[in-house]
Amino acid sequence: MTMTDVNVDELLAPMPDKVKKNRRKHIVKKDLSAGSCQQIEANTRTVPGIITQRGCCYAGCKGVVVGPIKDMLTITHGPIGCAYYSWGTRRNKARVDDRTPPEEIYTTMCFSTDMQESDIVFGGEKKLAKMIDEVVEIFHPRAINLCATCPIGLIGDDLGAVAKAAEKRHGIPVIHYNCEGYKGVSQSAGHHIANNQIMERIIGTGTEKVDGKYVLNILGEYNIGGDAWENERLLEEIGYTIGSTLTGDSAYVNIRNMHKAHLNLVQCHRSINYIAEMMETKYGTPWLKVNFIGIDATIDTLREIARCFGDEELIARTELVIERELAAVTPEIERYQKILKGRTAFVFVGGSRSHHYQFLLRNLGMEVMVAGYEFAHRDDYEGREVIPTIKSDADSKNIPELHLEPEPGIYRPPHLHLKMSKEKYDELVASGVLNDYKGMYPDMVNGGIMIDDANHFETEELVEIFKPDLIFTGIKDKYVTHKMGLPSKQMHSYDYSGPYTCFKGAVTFAKDVAHSLSTPAWKMITAPWEQSKTEQR
Amino acid sequence: MLDCTPKEPLQKDAHTIGKINPIKTCQPVGAMYAALGIHGCLPHSHGSQGCCSYHRMALSRHFHEPAMASTSSFTEGASVFGGAANLKTAIKNVFAIYNPEIIAVHTTCLSETIGDDIPTIIKQSEVPEGRYVIHANTPSYHGSHITGFSNMCKGIVSYLAESNGSEKKERANIFPGFVNPGDMREIKRIVTEMGVPSIMYPDTTGVMDSPMRDTYEMYPRGGATIEDIKDSGNSKMTLSLGAWSSDEAAATLQSKCGVPGVPLRIPIGVKATDDLIMAVKEGFGVDVPESLEVERGQVVDTLIDVHYQYEGKKVAVFGDPDIMVPLAEFLITMGMIPKYVVTGTPGNKFEKTVNGMLEEAGIEESRVRAEGDLFDLHQWIKEEPVDLLIGNTHGKYIARAEDIPLVRVGFPVFDRAVHPLMPIVGYKGCLRLIEMISNVLLERRDRDSLDEDYELIL
Repeated sequence: MTMTDVNVDELLAPMPDKVKKNRRKHIVKKDLSAGSCQQIEANTRTVPGIITQRGCCYAGCKGVVVGPIKDMLTITHGPIGCAYYSWGTRRNKARVDDRTPPEEIYTTMCFSTDMQESDIVFGGEKKLAKMIDEVVEIFHPRAINLCATCPIGLIGDDLGAVAKAAEKRHGIPVIHYNCEGYKGVSQSAGHHIANNQIMERIIGTGTEKVDGKYVLNILGEYNIGGDAWENERLLEEIGYTIGSTLTGDSAYVNIRNMHKAHLNLVQCHRSINYIAEMMETKYGTPWLKVNFIGIDATIDTLREIARCFGDEELIARTELVIERELAAVTPEIERYQKILKGRTAFVFVGGSRSHHYQFLLRNLGMEVMVAGYEFAHRDDYEGREVIPTIKSDADSKNIPELHLEPEPGIYRPPHLHLKMSKEKYDELVASGVLNDYKGMYPDMVNGGIMIDDANHFETEELVEIFKPDLIFTGIKDKYVTHKMGLPSKQMHSYDYSGPYTCFKGAVTFAKDVAHSLSTPAWKMITAPWEQSKTEQR
Repeated sequence: MLDCTPKEPLQKDAHTIGKINPIKTCQPVGAMYAALGIHGCLPHSHGSQGCCSYHRMALSRHFHEPAMASTSSFTEGASVFGGAANLKTAIKNVFAIYNPEIIAVHTTCLSETIGDDIPTIIKQSEVPEGRYVIHANTPSYHGSHITGFSNMCKGIVSYLAESNGSEKKERANIFPGFVNPGDMREIKRIVTEMGVPSIMYPDTTGVMDSPMRDTYEMYPRGGATIEDIKDSGNSKMTLSLGAWSSDEAAATLQSKCGVPGVPLRIPIGVKATDDLIMAVKEGFGVDVPESLEVERGQVVDTLIDVHYQYEGKKVAVFGDPDIMVPLAEFLITMGMIPKYVVTGTPGNKFEKTVNGMLEEAGIEESRVRAEGDLFDLHQWIKEEPVDLLIGNTHGKYIARAEDIPLVRVGFPVFDRAVHPLMPIVGYKGCLRLIEMISNVLLERRDRDSLDEDYELIL
């Protein structure tokens, strides 16, 4: 059977009718002959009982976006678990820099109000306020985050009021996030809530001068395994200054000056596109969707950034760096291509990785047959052009939408940010480079499957059909994959390797993938006595 | 590392609210782990998706195994109108798609705050013939993951154990407590070695330490069978290991089916293992086989032979109470000084028990705390240092900050492998603990010694 023969309806056949009907809409097969992307359903409720990989709003807000800000002390208001599970469980590396000394870094710490039954009954506001007082006294943080968990909204604790009063008492920013786990349908709601507060409360509050001819922010880069540091190394060599990332290895003291940057780069579209869009509206900062995963993707990205500024010297230095980095990695990449060529994979990861890693895998001679996101929206699959057609529902309506206006005195039209004429800027926008994202679909292989919120049953079925060589997924599926007899690599944590970005990262990734496939134990699953039995038969 | 923490000792009442670097997590993960100890069971988390996801991650990271579980996938609507519809839909779908023998539902702080009436919802649900749905209330705002484990154990007994009223069988039930499958396997081996048949539940052997096979099995071959759990009501006695994790279930089985429960500690260390063996010997009138005598003798022999490698060293231990109590006792047996003993799980009896042991051993100036956290422990260590840390992975920050070796024991251990398969219980477990402890201390001695003091033989 070729890939294009796969029948999605048959795949779902054993499911109850209602589930089948729901799930069918979340699966799209790439069909070149059909032209544009068929509509995929995304960012809608998971059917209860389905073994989903999704997490919750709190995980998206505290776990993904807010937690990595290294110089903010983040208190989780709720029973102990939520803070506990989001303690050091994502690999957002953070380090000391010239603006943040070791005493101001809190990312290895876990703060929970540890709510008890009496707090649920009588309210937990006093407890939270007292804990803020204590941690300010002990740690003297620059700023504090307060993250809500499920019970908070139900019992009616007013996080905003507690935050406001604490700011008054202590004279430091105390920022609250109403990111109760049940809000929205996945982590995605939490990204949005975090984006709103970071935009409203942090970005734009800084008054320091940010030096640099070309200042970039990198949005949606969480510095897993040191990815951000590898991106920064190259960008700084070319001549850019990094204002701030959001939020890997980021600091409050830098985020508040983000509006001073000339261009926002967007790596993970899903988790951070809100801020990119809002900064465009409020400050006129243009944004560019980038991808540092994959050698060709990195080259394209570096060239596009240079093109945005149109500076000949910058373009020349970009080419020099590309040439040098490429020369350094090519022999090794070619060696791994020999091992990996023709292998196939599934990629099930959150944000943008299921799209980005297709570029890197293609560089290595591999192909992705099935790709899916846990918590994406339609635009992550189909491209931003579908945004106006996405219908809001009861779940998405619960997440506040900020409506911003250009900030008087600070807003500058985007072409001025890029130091170019309006005409030239309009040309850039028209060529589709700026302020846009085309989604995953255009880069899927013909006949490949795009699947939203894939569940355990479907994964098993798809493995049966496509028989991939390897599955890129998260911890919940990693060992399931192994037990199915397939190598797997965690793409949230890189199995504690990395960085995987840019040129050198591609080599590290290639080596890790080759090792996953070749580890000798794969040949030892059947015991020798069982083998002889098989031969006798 | 941990440079943000104060360098000077804190005022006594500086940290009184909430937890900073906790030594406990919430009930549902314990309930999920207990439910995985039933063969063919799919644990079900009645709450938001994040709970289920977080618990599965925690278990998979500790055991390096799949931790399958489903969720009611609450949204705001369910949180306002109640989760009954979600749970009914979930039960129907789980049986239709994933076909477990049994679903074990546990609640979350969300469904508990709403007040969902789980037994009523289960009664109204479509459960196929011969299949089971059981539940435990596990509000995250009470107790700890150990409480959740205990509550699910109690739920298993309440729903499934039966007595047929006839004479009890010469057989022991074993409630193992929240321990690794490697420990459960060893406890079963000891009881089997004494010639006594047994039923263990929860039993995560063959589930959370399952072997690589030719084919994938969503429900691994291990775990206590429903049939055995039902029949446990006809056993002669229950060996209830761990006051915090097992005693409530044992008491429930005693009142429901008249099976007397023998409260014991998790058999960590010579004394607690002796107690288990004596309980089996006396309960069933069997002799202790020579094989176990040899094992015990080997431990005592080792303790005498190499005591100088660790004797007198000060230790900070932290973790779950049922592990801490016998572990602290074994450290005393080794001649070590449990300087700080901390659990995150609440309960005054912890402090009373450990302080009693310390007093009996004539050890003064140790600090013992229930419902403590690692921030407290770290500040204590800054005041007066220790030679060794024993506890879970979260201790590694303190270990690095203060340059103290860490022996990983308990849950969760996220940064090392193989530990869930290797016992720390029984006499074999004593040897393993001695080896782990003396190895890190000797590595440290080797590392820190001058060339002229660096010795070949130790």
